[in-house]
Amino acid sequence: MLKSFSSEETRQFGEKMALLLQAGDIICLNGDLGAGKTAFSQGVARGLGVTSHVTSPTFTLINEYEGRLPLYHFDVYRLGDSEEMADLGYEEYFYGPGVCLVEWAELVEDVLPEERLDITLLKDEEAEEVRLIKFTPRGQRYKHLVEEMNQLVCPGN
Amino acid sequence: MGITILGIETSCDETSAAVLEDGITLRSNIVSSQVDIHKKFGGVVPEVASRKHLENVHPVIMEALEQAKVTLKDINAIAVTYGPGLVGALLVGVAAAKAMAYALDVPLIGVNHLEGHIAANFLTRPDLEFPLLCLVVSGGHSDLVFMPHRGDYQLLGRTRDDAAGEAFDKVARAMGLGYPGGPLIDKLAREGDASALKLPRAFLEEGSLDFSFSGLKSAVLNYLNRAEMRQEEVNKADLAASFQQATVEVLVEKTLLAAERTAVKTIMLAGGVAANGGLRSLLQTRALAAGCTVVYPPLHLCTDNAAMIACAGYYKYLRGDFAPLTLNAVPALSLGEEKY
Repeated sequence: MLKSFSSEETRQFGEKMALLLQAGDIICLNGDLGAGKTAFSQGVARGLGVTSHVTSPTFTLINEYEGRLPLYHFDVYRLGDSEEMADLGYEEYFYGPGVCLVEWAELVEDVLPEERLDITLLKDEEAEEVRLIKFTPRGQRYKHLVEEMNQLVCPGN
Repeated sequence: MGITILGIETSCDETSAAVLEDGITLRSNIVSSQVDIHKKFGGVVPEVASRKHLENVHPVIMEALEQAKVTLKDINAIAVTYGPGLVGALLVGVAAAKAMAYALDVPLIGVNHLEGHIAANFLTRPDLEFPLLCLVVSGGHSDLVFMPHRGDYQLLGRTRDDAAGEAFDKVARAMGLGYPGGPLIDKLAREGDASALKLPRAFLEEGSLDFSFSGLKSAVLNYLNRAEMRQEEVNKADLAASFQQATVEVLVEKTLLAAERTAVKTIMLAGGVAANGGLRSLLQTRALAAGCTVVYPPLHLCTDNAAMIACAGYYKYLRGDFAPLTLNAVPALSLGEEKY
């Protein structure tokens, strides 16, 4: 669990995680409107060396970027169900050569691969700008990723 | 019959086909979400899916030809959106256009979706003189585009996070207003006091022409949360008016700054948010004071449609700017770059 005190700090956490990512990694982001899902994604993109602006994919559904690895940025909020996710051709991205970031992933949970990293961004009830960032690794690869991430952001722990 | 272009658009939610003659006579413009098409072909409401586009594209094209009272022999060129958008969705239109261009032995024209939105203005105003400035505002875009000449696009500013239309939708959702959020907020805002709430306006660095609406969205969400915790009644009309004012002011200020910097006298609006009453009226007032005029497309041509693609295609046809049959979908296509 990490604590972020601003959207810029959330972005920096994403940027750090990007250093550890590999082709085929699937990162699922959950949290309310304004929790910082896009900010975290912007950080990941920055860390992957994406130079173009990373904007919210709410309307466009999937934005593709070129970085150290290709980045596929999803926002599935507008999709009604998993069937529409299938219609979108998500397999080509999930099992493709890049990193997938999926905002609102819980809405399409049944098509998500069993092995993935779930990240939940929670607003702190006491302070408006503060976010709690919770990692739930599913599978060996992602347990390892979270361990590496913890060492990167809180060395010595 | 003059130069007749068949336009095809499948970049996002809508499957659309249109027949346009000489850049101004719109003989048909079929958008798949139109009710009659569904009744006729028993189709479903179009969704984001490429599969849905695939089901729709043929009937939509046939309907466009039929309504235009033209046959395939009358078509001089096929114009199609090849980016930006969803790759699977784009490919359906691109493949259909390529097949038709090849079979009919007519030129294929690749059109950028944003170029199409801008061109929607030329459907009713072919007389507009360059240089021009266009504010493209929709669910997916908030772009300021300078056009020194026809076909020359320079991106002066864009959103760094949420698009303006998206901010409207998300705020409407948080307020429990429903969908689509833009028109609902616009309507409610008319009954509210725009100065009731102090909301942030993100002008970014001095002189920047980029936009940012994420902070404003968060400010509204925080306001709603606070009110809920204190169990206070929210005046939704005041909130809608204040939010709309904050959004529109930034859009208008930056547009006028861009007009001043480029010495442009004619400002065009494009995209779905161009329908917003608050935006139109403030831009009109401020532009008038600055000695500029404002033009915008008719409402039904502001949202995604193939008429605007056919119109952009018409001007490319006149320039002889044709795409090879190897044209591919380019999901991250930028305005002003051609990838064929």
